[in-house]
Amino acid sequence: MTGADIERMIHLLARLPGLGPRSARRAALHLIERREALLIPLAESLAQTAASIKVCATCGNFDSVDPCAICTDSERDDGLLCVVEDVASLWALERSACFRGRYHVLGGLLSALDGIGPEDLGLDKLLARASRPSVREVIFATPATVEGQTTAHYLADRLSNCDVVLSGLAQGVPMGGELDYLDDGTIGAALRARRAF
Amino acid sequence: MVEWRDEAIVLGLGRHGESSAIVSLLTRAHGRYRGLVRGAYGKNGRGVLLPGNRVAAWWRARLAEHLGALRCELVDAHAARVMADAGRLDALAAACALCEAVLPERQAHGATFESLTALLSGLEAEAWPSIYVHWELALLRDLGYGLDLGSCAATGANDNLAFVSPKSGRAVSLSAGEPYRDRLLPLPGFLVAGREGDKDEIRDGLRLTGFFLERHGLTGGGAGLPAARLRLASRFGADPANLEN
Repeated sequence: MTGADIERMIHLLARLPGLGPRSARRAALHLIERREALLIPLAESLAQTAASIKVCATCGNFDSVDPCAICTDSERDDGLLCVVEDVASLWALERSACFRGRYHVLGGLLSALDGIGPEDLGLDKLLARASRPSVREVIFATPATVEGQTTAHYLADRLSNCDVVLSGLAQGVPMGGELDYLDDGTIGAALRARRAF
Repeated sequence: MVEWRDEAIVLGLGRHGESSAIVSLLTRAHGRYRGLVRGAYGKNGRGVLLPGNRVAAWWRARLAEHLGALRCELVDAHAARVMADAGRLDALAAACALCEAVLPERQAHGATFESLTALLSGLEAEAWPSIYVHWELALLRDLGYGLDLGSCAATGANDNLAFVSPKSGRAVSLSAGEPYRDRLLPLPGFLVAGREGDKDEIRDGLRLTGFFLERHGLTGGGAGLPAARLRLASRFGADPANLEN
């Protein structure tokens, strides 16, 4: 029905999150029909990004420069170090625009199922960063799952000798959340973490 | 169409595609079962499919040997209650990982379901480490490798029991076992006295049960104890038992 190049494009697009074979076909057609306005700029952008993308040696973030823009931003607070599971979590925190400290990307969580042990989390680098005199607080922003919290507790144990405050994200009622629709665990966590008005 | 409904405890889950997961459950009547949960990582699955949580499960498939589709509704959020406590969380993760490692699929293990339910409730108690060691003993018993801690294997006496034979899994009294101390496993007193164990006794208890779980190859072809169980053991300084032959 279509040429080999287009089939290959559809095949690759179908591997992106959120796209299946049918939606990839629609996206491919959309791009082809907008060759000048979309397809060529997208292809150039992808090629350029593929050539320039780097993993920040300091925090593990993706950027076209190393160290990344967050690590070199002099406006940020060196005293706050936020530990996240992956770059997606880092981007989520950046989206909130509430945190102006530095990050440390673990690249995974302790997981027997995925075969990730402590040695895979690059703890030496985290320990070295947390031991710097400028760091006042390490914030564990790992998921509120058994694996996420097990990892946070493990890291807290390992960092217990560093002269820093160790903290974790709060758990409770999400913005716009109605209690009737929340699971029992979240309601319990919210009650335990209640604050004075 | 084949289907069942049962009470279950979530043992673990692995991502399948973007939002689905293959979930492993320990059910009351059907044993350890896997199934595909669609939308497990979406809004509805969040907070429900965490290891240790008790759920009402509904499994259905076209043929019995298929993976099948699962739907789960939260009954008791055990995981959320222990998440803030590192030790209790390690115990919950270790228990789920052990069940996942040692229980055969699709064979009913009602006794283990009951004991795991009791353990998950008991994790909120102060004596949770003792409850955990007792749970591992119950797990060994349900698998057919129960330890006989009622009387001395050598003398038949039932007082001053201090060791366990690594070969027979039977208790040995202090006087009979003293000459062979290096070849025997210490038997922590709380396991026979019905009281709470201190930290050293918990360490010995975890060494004892860990030894037999590994020795009987229950953790799967020399794979050793699950990482979560090793983390729990290291919390009490319970390195694997090292016995002279």
